Amino acid sequence: MTVLAVAEHRRGDLRDVSFELVTAGRELADELGSDLAVAVIGGDVEGFVEELNREGVDTIYTVAEGEEFNHGIYAQTIEQLHAELDPAALLLPNSVNGLDYAPAVAEQLDLPLVTDVIALEGSDPVEVTREQYGGKVEITYDIGAEQYVLTVRPAEWPTATAGGEATVETFETDIDEGALGTTVKGFEEVGAGDVDITEAEVLVSIGRGIEEEENIPLIEALADALDATLSSSRPIVDNGWLPQNRQVGQSGKVVTPDVYIAIGISGAVQHVAGMKGSDTIVAINTDPNAPIYDIADYGIVDDLFEVIPALIEEFGGDVPDI
Amino acid sequence: MKILVTVKEVAEVDDEFDISGLDIAESSLEYDLNEWDDYAVEEAVQTSESHDDVEVVTVTVGPERAEETIRMALAKGADRAIRVWDDTLEDAQFLDVETKAELITAVAEEEAPDLVLSGVQAGDDANGATGVAVAEELGFEWAAVVNHLELDADAEIASVRRELEGGIEELTDVELPAVLTIQTGINEPRYASLRGIRQAQRKPLEVNSLEDLGLDAGVVDSPVERTSMYEPESESDATVWEGSPEETAGELAAFLRDKGVVDG
Repeated sequence: MTVLAVAEHRRGDLRDVSFELVTAGRELADELGSDLAVAVIGGDVEGFVEELNREGVDTIYTVAEGEEFNHGIYAQTIEQLHAELDPAALLLPNSVNGLDYAPAVAEQLDLPLVTDVIALEGSDPVEVTREQYGGKVEITYDIGAEQYVLTVRPAEWPTATAGGEATVETFETDIDEGALGTTVKGFEEVGAGDVDITEAEVLVSIGRGIEEEENIPLIEALADALDATLSSSRPIVDNGWLPQNRQVGQSGKVVTPDVYIAIGISGAVQHVAGMKGSDTIVAINTDPNAPIYDIADYGIVDDLFEVIPALIEEFGGDVPDI
Repeated sequence: MKILVTVKEVAEVDDEFDISGLDIAESSLEYDLNEWDDYAVEEAVQTSESHDDVEVVTVTVGPERAEETIRMALAKGADRAIRVWDDTLEDAQFLDVETKAELITAVAEEEAPDLVLSGVQAGDDANGATGVAVAEELGFEWAAVVNHLELDADAEIASVRRELEGGIEELTDVELPAVLTIQTGINEPRYASLRGIRQAQRKPLEVNSLEDLGLDAGVVDSPVERTSMYEPESESDATVWEGSPEETAGELAAFLRDKGVVDG
């Protein structure tokens, strides 16, 4: 029996989730008493093999097809690998690209799919855990099938340590080029601008709790009073209230300031991914159960519209009329 | 040209809530249009405004209560709506990705759209998978997590940007017909106007049962079974400052001064 994990790379580098998949895959393989195979598709597969050869991997399959991710090539390759290896579990990253092919593969192979898995346990049946309702609850599911597809949340498992003894196999695929209906034209970095929030020592960061665009000057005044830099969670940028270069999180910037003050930010996993490395985290949020408190060092469970003016005054700043 | 938009009514949970069995107690839930779908509806309506002869049809899987949400999408400019529901769906423990994909695929096969727009994920169950699964079932092309769309209807190409992690966008051409999963921030969803809300009352809203779609009760069968739901234990070891806003602000100020990160 086999657990098959598929590595992820972009623009020449393996992404960390690949090494986390090795850890999760080894854990599941131990439960099932099976081997762990890792496939790497496209790009510099020879170079990737060296990096992927980590503890717990039994076999690495290299597939030299294309450079960058293309979901058609991935889907066709994985379907062929699946037919060859007949794995119990197919373990894929719950990343933007993972979610661009995992559902298609599951559908094509007629296998049950559970996405964004944060924990795995047991073997018959395997029980998986995921978060729902914005992280307010965790739910366990039994998968009553011999074969299944799981996507694994990034940064939930540690990366596997180097020094594996995997066998390396070349896997030849037969790609139907005519069936590839998407063409990747290139990449672009977004969020450039005059302010680099990754350089800031103190970040004052705002989220949905600010409620209205008209209230943003309040936080700007706080940033001025503290001589800090203003950043935000995703909804503020989605609304066009702040430019993209201020966005902290999975799709924005990863920041590591000395102090991160999260104001009216609930702490969704995508946001936390971008700021958990901050030295000290202070949360100001009315909901004591907000996930931001799980990673905060200090907290004020109160209305930001009461606390922030008081804080501005503490530092001799002017409280704007909002 | 026809655009089919998948619209979900999502459950939002109160800060204080109860769990009843394997789900959140009904009394702790409020319902709203899924945030991602709001952007998908807007993208479809904007496309209908900037191209000739575009019909926008919404499809929802949900109980009668969801019609409030559906009417909202109609009020924002969708032309008509389809809602799928019946007792079999009502009685299911939950609908897994495959079931939802089969239901939406059955509607899409009837409607034969050129483009299907779906939110990246639903705010409540957050599978992030239904749109791409539908594409595979339909034999359509697809792109997940799209934050920019330019449509060349004559060339039958959608030029999209996919929002990858870390501030990188992938520029991709997708052949139509296609399913695109729409990311928040792609546009500015409008508020429904009073006129729109009045007009929405007269727009067609068709209800389909499994039988209407040529499906049987087996569509809800799933090897995946929910076994428990619980509130995760707080991992918080935060020091919470208590007192009036002035007192807590004073504590935070003292901390920041101690830390040496601010002057004054």
